[in-house]
Amino acid sequence: MDIHEYQAKEILARFGVAVPPGGLAYSPEQAAYRARDIGGAKWIVKAQIHSGGRGKAGGVKLCSSEHQVEEAADALFGKRLVTHQTGPSGKTVYRVYVEGAVAIKREIYLGLVLDRKSERVMVVASSAGGMEIEEIAERQPSSIIRSVVEPAVGMPAFQAREIAFGLGLEPALTQQAVTTILGCYKAFEELDATMVEINPLVVTEDNRLIALDAKMTFDDNALFRLPHIAELRDKSQEDARETRANDRGLSYVGLDGQIGCIVNGAGLAMATMDMIKAAGGEPANFLDIGGGATPERVAKAFRLVTSDENVRAILVNIFAGINRCDWVAEGIVMALQKSPVNMPVVVRLAGTHVEEGRKILARSGLPIIRAATLAEAASRAVAAWRNDSLTQVAS
Amino acid sequence: MTILLDRATPVLVLGITGKIGSFHTQEMIAYGTHVVGGVTPGKGGSSVHNVPVFDTIKEAVDRTQATAAIVFVPPPFAADSIMEAADAGLKLCVAITDGIPAKDMIRVKRYMRRYARENRMQLIGPNCAGIISPGKSLLGIMPGHIYLPGHIGVVGRSGTLGYEAAAQMKEFGIGISTSVGIGGDPINGSSFRDMLELFEKDPDTHAVMMIGEIGGPQEAEAANYIRDHMTKPVAAYVAGLSAPKGRRMGHAGAIIQAFGESASEKVELLRDAGVAISPSPSEIGRTMESLLKKAA
Repeated sequence: MDIHEYQAKEILARFGVAVPPGGLAYSPEQAAYRARDIGGAKWIVKAQIHSGGRGKAGGVKLCSSEHQVEEAADALFGKRLVTHQTGPSGKTVYRVYVEGAVAIKREIYLGLVLDRKSERVMVVASSAGGMEIEEIAERQPSSIIRSVVEPAVGMPAFQAREIAFGLGLEPALTQQAVTTILGCYKAFEELDATMVEINPLVVTEDNRLIALDAKMTFDDNALFRLPHIAELRDKSQEDARETRANDRGLSYVGLDGQIGCIVNGAGLAMATMDMIKAAGGEPANFLDIGGGATPERVAKAFRLVTSDENVRAILVNIFAGINRCDWVAEGIVMALQKSPVNMPVVVRLAGTHVEEGRKILARSGLPIIRAATLAEAASRAVAAWRNDSLTQVAS
Repeated sequence: MTILLDRATPVLVLGITGKIGSFHTQEMIAYGTHVVGGVTPGKGGSSVHNVPVFDTIKEAVDRTQATAAIVFVPPPFAADSIMEAADAGLKLCVAITDGIPAKDMIRVKRYMRRYARENRMQLIGPNCAGIISPGKSLLGIMPGHIYLPGHIGVVGRSGTLGYEAAAQMKEFGIGISTSVGIGGDPINGSSFRDMLELFEKDPDTHAVMMIGEIGGPQEAEAANYIRDHMTKPVAAYVAGLSAPKGRRMGHAGAIIQAFGESASEKVELLRDAGVAISPSPSEIGRTMESLLKKAA
């Protein structure tokens, strides 16, 4: 789960990380009020969306009067920002964060990730801040410091100190850097984060070390024990269909194609998408309805997939292991009888009781296009989408 | 011979009194697995499908001489159960549970390191379908009837895609020695490489089918191992060629975050290591058939 910059800063501040004075606003008036409250002569107005690259997309504005703050906020509210991470549809701004501007002397990169190779938390830091870590890795790979934390004892101060000295910070800033790095690690570890990123971490003209931007991602599997983190979820930043699916226990990812997929199992769902592509089509979604494909789940899946207006054909691919094809087939028939869909539906069943399942589909009288193999299912779905003559042969 | 377990291996079911644990206990017994006990704290003294239930794993081991366990314990308590299994001296533990926090798995793996390598429990999963040696034993949730006994080792992350692979190979009359699901989580007990090592040593396994997916470094690691150490032929399919970067595809670990984690990059690494690549998920059976012909 992602959270907003201002939320990440609030959390990290509690763990000893220094952040600029700032306040959240839901209206332009409130933004101006925040600026007055913060004081100073310059402010940054930052759009709060779940994405990096906001500056380039016009989501961050430097202002030198309260009036300008109000105008900048007014321009941002309701705007859809498109960044390299949001996809073409972008994300809408409903909250802005107003911060006192600081004079920057130097920019640093600091990140903590769950490293899958060492299977531990890894600190990644670079003296070349201000760009994305991918860009740093490409342009200045030798500037990157990597340091893996031993989980049994956590991060000792010397390890943070080594990183601080590695960044070439002057001695007066070392202690601040150690506090920042240890604070980030503590937050990561205590709150089941999978990523903490401060980019940039800046040295100000008056020699302070401050987190100018902050990002945190949390382990979805751990939210059950972190209610105060779970409540930071902002559904306005999620794809509405994905939210609806996930709230109903289905795992769904919307894509740009025309062929809707309903599959049991994540690996098979990915493979089904690959197969559609290999057959010349484009998948409209990833959808894993889980091991037990009950009639209720199948019905929910049909409703979900057909709510995507780009979908022109549906491919159902169920490999029944513990459950049975005849039950799944009954589910499909029930779902389609209750709420008919006005597009071709290709169904491929395999595994336990497959013959009984196929018979139920055939007897139903519904215009279901049946397929025996994965390849056949994909080519029939693509053909149906193209309104090819193959459709007629199959049904 | 099989890898990891055989018909005689005495097995404990952790979380046996739950709905899922109880159901699969019955399925495994029907397949011939030697289930000797179950563990659910607080339910000791009862029984499920005539299998005695104990309060602690140590007590269960003491009374039944079990050497393996399968975990159906819910996510909040699963990591604790796995550590209890390691502490009780079990040799093999299959964790089916989906949804264990990554931090808990880091802790589990760190905890297991207190035992010397040769005494360390082999953990398979979590978030996996388990292990099946067709016709011999089942420590998992797979439907036994789709597997033909034979000489191909199968290792993959996904459950149903593994069934798909088994079914396709069966169409070609190709059977399986052991099939292992290593699970879809970012931090798991055993890697592709760990299973390849076992298959390389197993005289009953003549070739291996590896089913990878997007995310993580384990396929790349496997490619290195295959190139440097495998003498047996290996075929592979990597799922997620059509998956966009940065989006999680169902499995907690199925997300492309770094170089070498996309399906196409993994395919390249495996191909360079001499692995026969199945170009699409419908060619898994055929790819193995032609690999075997070539090797013969």
